[in-house]
Amino acid sequence: MLIMQDVKKIFRTDLIETHALRDFNLQVTEGEFVAVTGPSGSGKTTFLNIAGLLETFEGGRYELDGQDVSHLNDKKRSQLRNEKIGFIFQSFNLIPDLNLFDNVDVPLRYRGFNASERKKRIEESLERVGLANRMKHLPSQLSGGQQQRVAIARALAGDPRFLLADEPTGNLDTKMALSVLELLKDINRNGTTIVMVTHDPGLAQQAQRNIYVRDGKVSEMGDVVELDQAANG
Amino acid sequence: MFTYYLRLAFNSIKRNPILSALMITAIALGIGASMTTITVNYLMSSNPIPHKSEQLYYVQLDSWSPYEAANDQNEPPDQITWTDATNLMKAKQAFRQSAMASTGGVIEPAGQDEKPFMASIRLAFSDFFHLFDTPFLYGSGWSDSADSNREYVVVISKATNERLFGGENSIGRTVRVVGKNFRVVGVLDEWVLVPRFYDVTTGPFHETEEVFMPFYMKQELELTNGGNTNCWKSPEGEGFMAFLQSECVNYQMWVELRNDDERAQYMDFLNNYVTEQKALGRFARPLNNRLSNVMQWMENQEVVADDAQIMMWVSFMFLLVCLLNTIGLLLAKFTGKAAEIGLRRAVGASKTDLFNQHIVETAIIGVVGGILGLGLAYLCLEGIKSLYGEFVQNLVGLDLVMVACAIGLAIVSSILAGLYPTWRACNIAPASQLKSQ
Repeated sequence: MLIMQDVKKIFRTDLIETHALRDFNLQVTEGEFVAVTGPSGSGKTTFLNIAGLLETFEGGRYELDGQDVSHLNDKKRSQLRNEKIGFIFQSFNLIPDLNLFDNVDVPLRYRGFNASERKKRIEESLERVGLANRMKHLPSQLSGGQQQRVAIARALAGDPRFLLADEPTGNLDTKMALSVLELLKDINRNGTTIVMVTHDPGLAQQAQRNIYVRDGKVSEMGDVVELDQAANG
Repeated sequence: MFTYYLRLAFNSIKRNPILSALMITAIALGIGASMTTITVNYLMSSNPIPHKSEQLYYVQLDSWSPYEAANDQNEPPDQITWTDATNLMKAKQAFRQSAMASTGGVIEPAGQDEKPFMASIRLAFSDFFHLFDTPFLYGSGWSDSADSNREYVVVISKATNERLFGGENSIGRTVRVVGKNFRVVGVLDEWVLVPRFYDVTTGPFHETEEVFMPFYMKQELELTNGGNTNCWKSPEGEGFMAFLQSECVNYQMWVELRNDDERAQYMDFLNNYVTEQKALGRFARPLNNRLSNVMQWMENQEVVADDAQIMMWVSFMFLLVCLLNTIGLLLAKFTGKAAEIGLRRAVGASKTDLFNQHIVETAIIGVVGGILGLGLAYLCLEGIKSLYGEFVQNLVGLDLVMVACAIGLAIVSSILAGLYPTWRACNIAPASQLKSQ
């Protein structure tokens, strides 16, 4: 499903080079729910951005759903993002002056679906996250947990094979975080592969597999408690 | 996607009303100033008779002094003498021809309560109305025989007909002009010529005359010279006839030549005529005759004034400054949308999609700015009209072409202004925006 081999990513300024990923190797199989943890600056988000085709990389090979995506142009990368990947962000990233319906509609517009197909998908997605009755509301009229649910609905509307979540509960209280996590697990049970970056060991524990990233490299660990202890010295 | 982009554009404009208003105002000011000067230049330089402007020729003969040219460019004088005008008319060498001159006189209305008034008069030959395709409301021009028989007939303008006869069909009725009774044979319909090309020596943007009468009435009634009269030597003798037959130039001559052959033949005729006149002691200068079609004549006479052209270029510079401001405002606006742009990139928008979305937004700003700019241009033109009065009223009207031109200029300008900000917006790194919101 997702294979990265010796992927390198270097951020350069006039003065310094920062090796965000060094020989990054990872394989995620279809239907997995993988949590990616690690200390700040370890390269978790860089990995997620490269996995989501939001950033390019310098060396190595990246294969997504059987396709080598290392050297695709902008149009192809955008098309792949649109068709195969759903994103969930810590800060929800909803467009404030669009109502829920139109927010969920955004990725579908670039997919080229006709109006009735889009409407059907939007309604189904919002139904799935329990917000079908609030389609005409603006994001500012919802709680944080509800806004994240809208973001999940937006990610699901295009029926992606691959869901990338970057600290999806980072801005939520415990109750809302649990509710969002349950939703993600439910989505995973229905066959969508999920890769979730998180600082929260409790959240990571809910995943099927844990990946620990340090200094831009992967070390896979099963015991999340040990992982947390290691991270905190 | 276009309707989707339109909706997004309107949302974006509503989201930043002050920035949007500033951009629209900047474009409106630039377009308003540009369109005002473009309109004046456009009307000054427009082709007043496009369907036959290349068949109508203005005649110039160099009858000027043997000692100096009529002007610095060694051009022939811009008018001809009475002698040459009448000789060329008698020769009848062109398909159509009319010598002409301007004069003025008092019209005495028939009604007791109506006061006499001064009217502009054009003296011309019967071909005048065919040469320039004058529109008639009633009747027609006079006949050839009316010219040669010096009949007292007139064609009057629509406004004059309304003033004298209340707008009724006045064919056959009598009008008293310069103390003589004339029979009305034709009433012109509205006839606006911009520029009034057939006689630019008295000002290219004056209205067409109120009364038209046969050319020889000049001699018959000893009518005064209108417009410019230039002489390189004094008349030989005293009195009206001596002045009429002098080397003073005050007459215009237009001919219609349907093709190059006719033009070449007429030029040969002119050269032969001048050669004959040389034998009679006139035309001391080398052969220097000219035939200029309508647009050549407009250019020769510099109908579009230099200062009007300079004003137009200054207004373009002002538009450029407005666009530079718009670029800055668009940069600020699109920078404020970085998070949304990042999100759209993440969910599948390509750079092309984002480019199209933002270009539609800038085009809408351009259209709104253009419409407001048109309003400003209209107000400016009305202001010019109220300042300068009837003299410029034919130059300060916005027609459909100018409206389309204004909207087109606004759209093109705003899109040009939007290219750099849009390019910047498309190249925003989505990852940095998604994390940092």
